[in-house]
This record gives sequence, structure tokens and C-alpha cells, in this order.
Amino acid sequence: MAKKALTVDDSRTMREMVSFTLKGAGYEVVEAEDGKDALVKIAANKVDVVITDLNMPNMNGFELIRALRADSNYKFTPILMLTTEGDGSKKEEGKAAGATGWIVKPFNPEKLVEVVKKVCPC
Amino acid sequence: MTTNTDLERFKQSYINESLELLAEMEERLLDLDPETADNEQLNAIFRCAHSIKGGSGAFGLTYITNFTHVLEALLDAMREGKVLPTRDAVDILLKATDIVHQMVRAAQEGTTPATNLGKDILEKLQQYASHTPTTETAAYGLFDDTPVTGNADHTTYSIVFAPHLNLFATGNEPLLLLQELAKLGDATIVADTTKVPNLDALDPEQCYLSWNITLVTDKSVAAIKEVFEFVEDACDLSVTAQEKEIRVARAPTVDTQSTTETVVKKDAQNEAKTPASGTIRVDLEKVDKLVNMVGELVITEAMVRMQTRTLPQEQFSDLLRGVDALAHHMRELQEVVMSVRMQPVKSIFSRLPRIVRDISTQLGKDIRLVVSGESTEVDKTVIEQLGDPLTHMIRNSADHGIETPEKRLAAGKPAQGTIHLSAEHRGGRIVIEISDDGAGINREKVLKKALEKGLVAGDGSSLSPQEIDNLIFHAGFSTADVVSNISGRGVGMDVVRRNIEGMGGLVQVVNRPSQGSTFTVSLPLTLAILDGMIVRVGNENYIIPITSIIETLRPKQGEVRHVEGHKDVLNVRGEFIPVIYLYQLFGIQNAEAEPSRALIVLVESRKGKMGIVVDELVGQQQVVIKSLSANADPVEGISGATILGDGKVSLILEVNDLQGLVGREQKAA
Repeated sequence: MAKKALTVDDSRTMREMVSFTLKGAGYEVVEAEDGKDALVKIAANKVDVVITDLNMPNMNGFELIRALRADSNYKFTPILMLTTEGDGSKKEEGKAAGATGWIVKPFNPEKLVEVVKKVCPC
Repeated sequence: MTTNTDLERFKQSYINESLELLAEMEERLLDLDPETADNEQLNAIFRCAHSIKGGSGAFGLTYITNFTHVLEALLDAMREGKVLPTRDAVDILLKATDIVHQMVRAAQEGTTPATNLGKDILEKLQQYASHTPTTETAAYGLFDDTPVTGNADHTTYSIVFAPHLNLFATGNEPLLLLQELAKLGDATIVADTTKVPNLDALDPEQCYLSWNITLVTDKSVAAIKEVFEFVEDACDLSVTAQEKEIRVARAPTVDTQSTTETVVKKDAQNEAKTPASGTIRVDLEKVDKLVNMVGELVITEAMVRMQTRTLPQEQFSDLLRGVDALAHHMRELQEVVMSVRMQPVKSIFSRLPRIVRDISTQLGKDIRLVVSGESTEVDKTVIEQLGDPLTHMIRNSADHGIETPEKRLAAGKPAQGTIHLSAEHRGGRIVIEISDDGAGINREKVLKKALEKGLVAGDGSSLSPQEIDNLIFHAGFSTADVVSNISGRGVGMDVVRRNIEGMGGLVQVVNRPSQGSTFTVSLPLTLAILDGMIVRVGNENYIIPITSIIETLRPKQGEVRHVEGHKDVLNVRGEFIPVIYLYQLFGIQNAEAEPSRALIVLVESRKGKMGIVVDELVGQQQVVIKSLSANADPVEGISGATILGDGKVSLILEVNDLQGLVGREQKAA
């Protein structure tokens, strides 16, 4: 069965790109437009890996990661955060929240697949 | 995996989104009051810049990345309170959005903006952002392919990987890391299980294992450490180079057979890893040229096929097989080339929610727009020409269709009105539906208006409800009591219909009084190629679009009757259908005048069914449409021309115009 990925981003383009790329690599993809939306989407649908943006309205990436880690279903699920920030503080904050890894934007589709495969091979 | 077309599609989406974001940024910046600016507002503006920057890199738009990076830095400084959003600062930000706008537009046109574009603004932005903007460390967190070193030196490393107990808490999986590591070269991995406690003390959520790895690789220490990048704080890691072993890939004599294999395998892997550039940008002109060339090729192929058709099969079997294969490949090539021009309708759908929102606010209505099938693809030309009619129809639904909340509640409907917009492929065409749950078309009002304007003969009592609904497509018709600045911009549904029919499409309405109405637009997927029926009249060939043909029949003698003062009619299963003679219309000699010895092609036109008398059906063929407009004024009854297999030019009939042409001809006679 195909691994299911959740992409969380308030940018439609990013969501579509992540989604399209991962689908091409054989993942099933669920899309959510912010942290709140993500929690709604995963409630109905257990996913195997989460790729989340950090800067989002309603519920940001850090809050989402913390919420996921508090959920016994998602305690060990790989979570990748997308970041364009140049400083290490975001990275640290993400790690503290429980993120598995990070991908710096801008990235190309090959790189995305490579990193996602690294934490959740399909 | 990701093809050029896909990336081009996303780029289009990126450009559209960026333009939307820029508009939002501008709006928010204009709203920004230096006195009361709060973080929420600044955050929203920051997010816009951030998203534009985020996507730009993926499409190689580094000039946008670089510019927005500085813009973002200033916004970030404002967010953190280091810089105040003074009037001047906001002015600079607004100017900066203009620059980004120009850059995005340039990207849209596939050109590169002047290198000094926005240089002055950039400097001002940097001045304002008092602290030097953080420089993006390129390597930071990126999983760059390790630069392949020139020589093939292999080093043996011994690696100790001892995760902390809480490794699992971040969702990391040691097994995957070890697999990743093994990909770098020849790895021997030994697990150290000494720290695993007795079962009663074992916490399954903790990591007690550690590993000793011997790795032979040509990769650097950095590349090895990169594998553990996500867990570097959650483990003890040591990487030490042992001995240096020189293996030269191109001199396999040095190696044993097994290591040669390893080296070869590695090379293959490196090759696979060489980033094949995922996208190239192509000038639209070039694509059009390509499409044209393929069109010419299709014609040439048809010519070759025609010339070889009479050749004896047994003597020329190879040639004929080749011609068959050519036809097959042509068809495929044509499809691929056409698909290059295909775009999702999303680009036009995406501007509609804003329009609905604006109308809702303006008219005090509560309207929800539900969109589906945005990814349905259709030719770029169709997209370009569809935008205006679609916008108009949505405006129409929101303005005339959906009622005010009070009226809706009074009618027992939810206060919020809904407009459904959908697109899908159906039988080689794209079908777009706009459906609302509003009041529907008020037939009484429509009829009254039509009578007032003299659009209907008599008192209109002979009209069926459907005919009344269709009056809205009549030229110069507008039912709004007062011409509003929303849908009454001098563009009526008649223009919508004309635009859509101009593309070879159809628009229909289904009216459910007091429950809403549904408009259905059906369009060909491409405007460049048409499925046509070739018909012969005298020595001339004409093309009738297949989509308009209902059936073809040969009447018995006397079945076509002449009605005094009118056209000839044919009785088809009780229905009297007007018949037109192409030879009369176009003055063709040597054509069959007696219908019972000719054929009648029944077609569906805007004005109803019609029979076209032709001598013979020559065949069905995909034809490449050549516009006449470049060389001649529009000719009524003719939509274009094409070149047939025998090299002859043939005209494509516009069935909607034919009947009018006949009418005039007869009056003149």
C-alpha cells in the first residue's frame, strides 16, 4: 500500500508542488492549508509522513508539530518542516517541538523526494 | 518524474498566485497605519513576501528570490519592532511590491528583467533594515548532492553511531539512517546491544541500540555527517578516517573483481544522481511554431497516404506498412504537441472567488462559491478566450441569480447562496457548469422585456418556457431593473454566447424557477484541429465539423418539398427541416441538383436543424484549421480553411451562418 503524506502549507503553489511531486514518487498525498486544517484532515486519515510549512495563519507549523507529538497516533511519525529562514533558531525550535527534519525552501522536486524518502521510504 | 510541462504548469500557478499575493500585499500595505500597526498585519504582509520568495527558487527565478529576500528582511525587522513602519518605509515597501510585480510579469513572459531593475529600491530596503539581512547559507539543511571529487580516492571510515535514548521522540528511525549510510559505499554495520536492559526495565519508546560501522567510500566526512543531520543533537557520532586506499576506477587491474563491481556500481549511481535539469523555459512563439509545423506534417502525411493508397499491396508492402506507422506516430506526435499547450482551467477559475466576494460585499449578499475540476486542462487559446465570458457568467449568477439573505430566508432557503462552478472533460470537449441556487430566471419578466424591445413577434404566447429562457442570449437583452456596475457593463449574455460560439462552443441554460439556474458551456479542447467530414459538391470539397452533424440520409424522390415563398423542406420522421443547396449558395457547376440522387447531411445549428445537400461524402478526417482572417475579410458561412491530403485547399463551413445566408439569398432573388 502506498505511503500517505500530508502536506501543510498556506501557499497553494507549494501545496500543489509538494503534492504533485510526491504523487509522482508513489506517495498518496493529503493537503491541508494550515495547522488547524491539518489536524482535521489527519483525524479522518492516518498519514505516514507530514511535510509542514512553519509560517501559516490560524495554527503555525510549530504548534502543529507539538499537537501531533502529543497525539499517540503521531508520536513517532516523521515530520519534516519547510523553512526559508536563514537562522538556526527556527531549526532549533522545530527540533524542540519534535520535528524529524527540515527542508530549506527553495528546493527542487528531486530534493524533496530524496528527503521524504530518507525519513519515510515508500 | 516531473516533466517540463508539469513544471511549466506549476510556474503558471506560481505566477498567478504571486500576482494575487502582490495584490494582497499592496492592499494590506495601504491599510497599514503606522500608529496602530500590529503584528498580525505585519505577519500577513510578511507571509505574502515569504510565499513569493518560497516558490521563486523552484522555477529558477533567482532575481525574485534575491529581491524578496531583502524585502522580507525589512518586513521581519518591522515584525520584531526593530524598524517602525513609518509612512516613508511603507512607501518603499509599496515600491518594492511594484518591482516584484514587474519581475513576476517578466517571468510570465519568459523574459529576464534588466539586472538593475529595482536596484535603488533594493538599496533603500537595505538601509531601512538596520541590521544586515541574514545571508542564506546555501548548504544549510539542503541535501545537496555531495560534489563528486575528481579522483576516485576511497577512504575507510569507522563510524560510531550511538543515539540518545529519546531519538524516537522526533520521529527518526535509525534503520533508515543506516540504510542511507550504506548507500554511500561499502558498509559493514554491527549493532551494539550491550545497553539493552532486561525486559522488565525496557521502555519500548526508547532507543538502547548503538552501531559500529565500517564504511568504504569516496565521499567526504561532511557527506557522512549529512546522513545524520537530522539527529546530530540526538546522538553521539564519531567519524574517523582509518587508512587511505587508492582505487582508480579507470584502472580495474588494481582491483579484485568484487571491488571493480563496487566501483562500477558507484559510478552508475553517481550518474543517476547527476541532477537532470527538470525544466526548460520555452518561448510561447516556439511552441506555436511547433504546433504549426506538426499541422503541416499532418497534411503532408495525409498527402503521402493518399498517393500510396493505390499502390499494389503485395509489391509495396514495406512502404505501405511504413506509411501506416507514420500515420500512427503522427497522431501521437500531434497529441503530445497539443498537450504542451494545455493548461488547467485553474488560472481562470482562481480569479472568480474574489469577484464573488466583492459582489457579495457590495450587494449585501452572502454567497459561497464552490469550485471543482480546476485541474481540467484545455488549450491555452481557449483559456485566454474563456476568461471574460466566464467572469461575466459568474457575475451574472451572483448579481441576478442569488437573492438577498432576507429574500432567501423568506423563500425558505438558507441565507447563504451557493454557486457551483465545475469543469470536466466529456467526450473530447471541456464542459463547464455554473449552477446557482438562486431565484432562477424570471420568465414573466424576461418575456415582458423581450416584448418591450420587440425581440418577440406577437404576444409571445407561442413560446415554450425554454424558448423564453433562451431569450436572455438575445442581442441587447438585460433584465436587471437598473443597470448595475456589476453585470451591466454593456456586456450581455449575447456577447457571452457569441464569444463561446466563436470558439466552436455551445452555451445552454437550464432554468428552475425559484430554485436557481444552471449554465452549461461546452468547448472543444483545442481550436487548432477539428474533426471534419469532407463533402463533395461538384468539383469542390468542403468540410463540415463532425460535432454539428446529426445524420446523413438520401431522401426518396419527392420527399424534399418546395414550400411556396420558403426554403425547401424535408420531412424527417414527422419533423420539417429546411434544406439548403450548397451548389446554389456557392454557385458551383456540375453539382447534383436532385436531392434523391444526392445526399443530405443533417446538422444542428443555433437556429435549429438544417439539411445540407451535397453530392457525396468523401471521408472523415482531422483537419488543421487555417485562419482566413490573415488574408481575407471574414466570409459569412465559412469559419476557416484547411489543406487536404491531395494538396487542395478546402473551406470549413460555419453551419450557424449558412441559414442566414440562404435567407438573404432568397430575398435578393
